[in-house]
Amino acid sequence: MAVLEVLHYPDARLKQVSAPVTEFAADLRRLLADLEATMRAYPGCVGLAAPQVGRFQRIAIVDVSSRPGVRHNGRLVLVNPQVLERGGEVVGREGCLSVPDYTGNVARAGHIRLRAQDATGGYREYGCVDYEARAVQHELDHLDGLLFLDRLVSRRDLFRRKVYK
Amino acid sequence: MKRWYMVTVVGKDRPGIVAGLTEALYRGGANLGEASMARLGGNFTIMLMVQIDAEANELERLMAPLARELALRVHVDAIEGRLHEHLEPNVRIAVYGADRPGIVAQVTEALAGAGLNILDLESDVAGTEAEPIYIMTIDGYARDGVGVLEAALAPIRAGGIEVRLTPIDTLVG
Repeated sequence: MAVLEVLHYPDARLKQVSAPVTEFAADLRRLLADLEATMRAYPGCVGLAAPQVGRFQRIAIVDVSSRPGVRHNGRLVLVNPQVLERGGEVVGREGCLSVPDYTGNVARAGHIRLRAQDATGGYREYGCVDYEARAVQHELDHLDGLLFLDRLVSRRDLFRRKVYK
Repeated sequence: MKRWYMVTVVGKDRPGIVAGLTEALYRGGANLGEASMARLGGNFTIMLMVQIDAEANELERLMAPLARELALRVHVDAIEGRLHEHLEPNVRIAVYGADRPGIVAQVTEALAGAGLNILDLESDVAGTEAEPIYIMTIDGYARDGVGVLEAALAPIRAGGIEVRLTPIDTLVG
């Protein structure tokens, strides 16, 4: 396992769309292990997408199990993930290893259902809520060349939602 | 030597102030840092970090023609600050109630006493002239946790002010 270098915006490669994974072999397992080692090298980091380390394939890992009081599916390996359903809208604060020294408010679906392949190519479905759902959506955005900066909302939006909901 | 200044500009609001101001600064060789502009009571207000290889009075001179033209008041301070000094908030506080003198003082005094460092504050007076309401949002860092803030706010709530605390758990991915 190796800790890989994380790309930082304005590296234009972060804005590109990644390609589906077609080979489920040793290379993929090595990349997944490296992604995990890289994510764990940054305290507080709960997910990482392959394009963040310069590998433009539709692969992400998410693990929010270390956060207190958060519902989760454990360590998620998401290869060729697809959101099947989404619902609700929640604003929360996000930051990104690829965007140092900035955090901002982003509206995300409060719950999602997704289908993804695992390291061997088998299909799995997951239901994610709240913090984990946010983490998954953040990572999936990377696969489409989107950063949380593309989805910022103002504090004012947040306040209105909270007061009048 | 390049140094940082805090430039504060106040005047009657009209379209084009930011464009005119930043154009004058750009042409004068200045670099902008963080900035916050707000329209407060129909007034244009902005505070912006400006980096330039010049003395404060030279920086003022760059903006003088525009200030005269648009009747803006410009204030320049040399500052110690620099970029990349962001602090992460861990709590958001939303406050509202019937407007009356003392809301901000009472709320922020209670919060400061409970260990809150305010990182960002924005407030508005809304409602009608006859029955104005005061609305304020604060992002801050609660040194001793959000629970301590909740306890400190009980007397404020008893006085008819609505206060909602939301912990901020910033997701890093």
